Amino acid sequence: MQVNSLNHGDTETLRKKILRAFVSPWLPRVSLWLAPILFLLSFFFLPLSKILILAFNTSALTKTNSQLILSTLGFTFYQATLSTILTFILGIPSAILFSRFNFRGKSLLRALTAVPFMLPTVVVASSFNAIFNQHGLFSFLFPSFILHPSSFILILSAHIFYNTTIVIRIVGNALTRLDPKLEAAARSLGADTFRVWKNIILPLLRPSLLAAALLVFMFDFTSFGVILLLGGSNFSTLEVEIYLRVLKLPNLPLAALLSIVQLIFTLIFSILYTRTINQITTQTAPRFSLANKPKTIKEKFFVATFCLLLSAFFLLPLLSLPLRSLTRLEADRGQRGEVQYGFTTAYYIELLINRRGSLFYVTPIQAARNSLGYASLTVLLSLALGYPAAYALAKPTRLEKFLDPLIMLPLGSSAVMLGLGFIISFGRSLASPWFVPLAHTLVALPFVIRTLQPALASIPERLRQAASTLGASPFRVWQTVDFPIVSRATLSAATFAFTVSLGEFGATLLLTRPEYPTIPIAIQRFLSQPGGLSFGQAMAMATLLMILTTLAILAIEKLRLPNSGEF
Amino acid sequence: MKKLIILLSSFFFLLASCAPTRPQTLTVLTHDSFAISEDVIKTFEAENNAKISFAQGGDAGAMLNKAILTKDAPIADVIFGVDNTFLSRALEADIFEAYQSPALSDIADEFKLDPSNRALSVDYGDVCINYDKSYFAENNLSVPQSFEDLVKPEYKDLLVVENPATSSPGLAFLLATRAHFGDDYLTYWQSLKANGIVVVDGWETAYYTNFSASSGKGPQPMIVSYASSPAAEVFFASDPLTESPTASIVAAGMCFRQIEFVGVLKNGQNKPLAQKFIDFMLGQKFQEDMPLNMFVYPVNKNAQLPEVFVKHAEVAQNPAALSSVEIASNRDAWIEAWAEMMK
Repeated sequence: MQVNSLNHGDTETLRKKILRAFVSPWLPRVSLWLAPILFLLSFFFLPLSKILILAFNTSALTKTNSQLILSTLGFTFYQATLSTILTFILGIPSAILFSRFNFRGKSLLRALTAVPFMLPTVVVASSFNAIFNQHGLFSFLFPSFILHPSSFILILSAHIFYNTTIVIRIVGNALTRLDPKLEAAARSLGADTFRVWKNIILPLLRPSLLAAALLVFMFDFTSFGVILLLGGSNFSTLEVEIYLRVLKLPNLPLAALLSIVQLIFTLIFSILYTRTINQITTQTAPRFSLANKPKTIKEKFFVATFCLLLSAFFLLPLLSLPLRSLTRLEADRGQRGEVQYGFTTAYYIELLINRRGSLFYVTPIQAARNSLGYASLTVLLSLALGYPAAYALAKPTRLEKFLDPLIMLPLGSSAVMLGLGFIISFGRSLASPWFVPLAHTLVALPFVIRTLQPALASIPERLRQAASTLGASPFRVWQTVDFPIVSRATLSAATFAFTVSLGEFGATLLLTRPEYPTIPIAIQRFLSQPGGLSFGQAMAMATLLMILTTLAILAIEKLRLPNSGEF
Repeated sequence: MKKLIILLSSFFFLLASCAPTRPQTLTVLTHDSFAISEDVIKTFEAENNAKISFAQGGDAGAMLNKAILTKDAPIADVIFGVDNTFLSRALEADIFEAYQSPALSDIADEFKLDPSNRALSVDYGDVCINYDKSYFAENNLSVPQSFEDLVKPEYKDLLVVENPATSSPGLAFLLATRAHFGDDYLTYWQSLKANGIVVVDGWETAYYTNFSASSGKGPQPMIVSYASSPAAEVFFASDPLTESPTASIVAAGMCFRQIEFVGVLKNGQNKPLAQKFIDFMLGQKFQEDMPLNMFVYPVNKNAQLPEVFVKHAEVAQNPAALSSVEIASNRDAWIEAWAEMMK
């Protein structure tokens, strides 16, 4: 706010003052928020409130229903808490591994841990199944060792598989940003490793640990596909229960009630999350790497153990898909019983053949092209909307403090319910292919904003001021000051949006046009018909998706700036 | 300026004169399993100067949900794939426009479940138990021929079924047991449970993770699937097969017949074209195209089955009978009682 003394009486300054009163600071703020808010209003808040208003009915507030909601909420909390703790047990040592040590294959291993986050649930579920079922990779490698993990353990491992990367990214980034002088000072004063961690590192890491925990918890809390595909509906989280009450045992008022409960909790987590993440950005950021080669035996042992552990945990499920897509399992004709393993490229070749002359057949190239097309549009759209929002959030006023948690909300709302809201809001036009990137942007936008915001906040205002006092135009200021710092964050935000779109199913949200299937939809189609060829083709298609995703993530890793890349 | 106006108006005139030849569009709402051959649909489009646009709305239940929610301003003109377990819900919601199609004369009466001809049957498929032929041959085990057989100790731990709350073949199987045992169906399920029946959520998991004869090579040699699945195993085999690795148990009362319906949606845009498309879907060309695209059977008497169906798929003898009104009014209660019991 401009605080001028009122002594200047001439009309020129008065005019300016009036102009300023109108212009600053609200007008630029509002214009920054205009597009993102309009987008969220029309594609999230309005459709969702429309369906909630239509479906909500006080008759749903019965005793049995509230018991159901309470027990579902209880299980949702239980599995999310357990998953979060387990994710941290693997995630924290991994974060230390990546931030403190250099070793061969580090960037590949790091990329590997990020791949699952972007894979569609169908693929992750089938890769877990490909390992653990009777003739899966596991029993092939260790034929004498029988392992039949229970559904609940499968759910937990899938959650760890998905979310460890969040801990590695957020906590790892904070670790690399710690001022090494603090640690060195403590050590020179005689503190041992335990005391250094207890008194220096952990207190400084607290906001990042909290932020990571909240985000992981939020994803586990709203987990849907993993639970349904690996666990079955006996394990009912809020999200699964909403799905059941919308589609299978229709009871819309109850579904609306469950959705409201879930939204309230998501909002609470979002508020907590944005509070803690804002504490992180104020930390100082040294711009050199702390990572060293492991020196002592203890360090070497730690690096070797965790490299092996991470490779086993991430590589096995990820490799099981390409392996399975090249393996023939069917017993040979006339030869009954014994399963024959054999090498085949038939599944890939068959992907190129339209045997039934089907109208909806697409080549893998076309499916990839559809996926890539939607992903590119998602990138453009989410950057166009995310950039101004992140810019405003970088210097938060009261308006931003209010809006910040709302941006995260789409991540925690039930897709099934929102889908119904979409259909009553947009009707026929929902079948338009243009809705696909819109729906994907809804999911990608929070990630994009979270990636851009810290980078934008890290630009010291005095640099911009210096540039403009030297006579640079606003565009030139942006070009010479902002752009070099933001370009890498922009690239990594773009890649996030890209991979989110590649893996996002989104079919529950929209009316799909069968002529333009994406790769995840093509995978689902193959999985829904019997026959060895169908299954193999699904695996082949999933492998293609995995390769695309890995390439995109390797690109992020290569372009990562030390102070960007957070969610 | 004047030139521009003349140019523009002649352009619009040209556009207007083109209009009669521009194809009219018809939107068809289907479930995700819908598929059709390109040349079949092209024939219809050419003959009627039409463009058919398909929109998929999830599985049969999700699709119907969407149609009911938007019945005042429908998202499509024709709907394909409401089945007999959902039929009365659709009829109650009154989403269809009645249509006395001339093609009805070619359709057997057993499939005509809606006397008012708002929903017209288009295909059917039987949900039956599939078994792994080689497992039964190797273990010298006879194939069960009744529901009562399934609870015998020799079939312990051998059957995987889908959860009726989440899967449509799962529901069909529950309905078959309900039709056979009446109110005692839960007692029967109790003995199935005691005999180690495995329940999973979806057909995909059951088939590719649990079933021993699929390429998943799972632990159970019996699965609730479709009577046409053995034909699909041959059609989609990685290596050419002369014999299907699986077969269906089609004994009396053990299968449930799913009949799918099409209908003109109320308040749709182009009723004459919508009706023509219904005639087309009930006609021979489309009916003969369906089996290999969706692995269902035609309802049109004149439609010929493809060879792979004739050789490798069987039709159920006396499938279980339950009226769609009875199903609609009880399905949720039956499912919830079942879920409670299986906990």
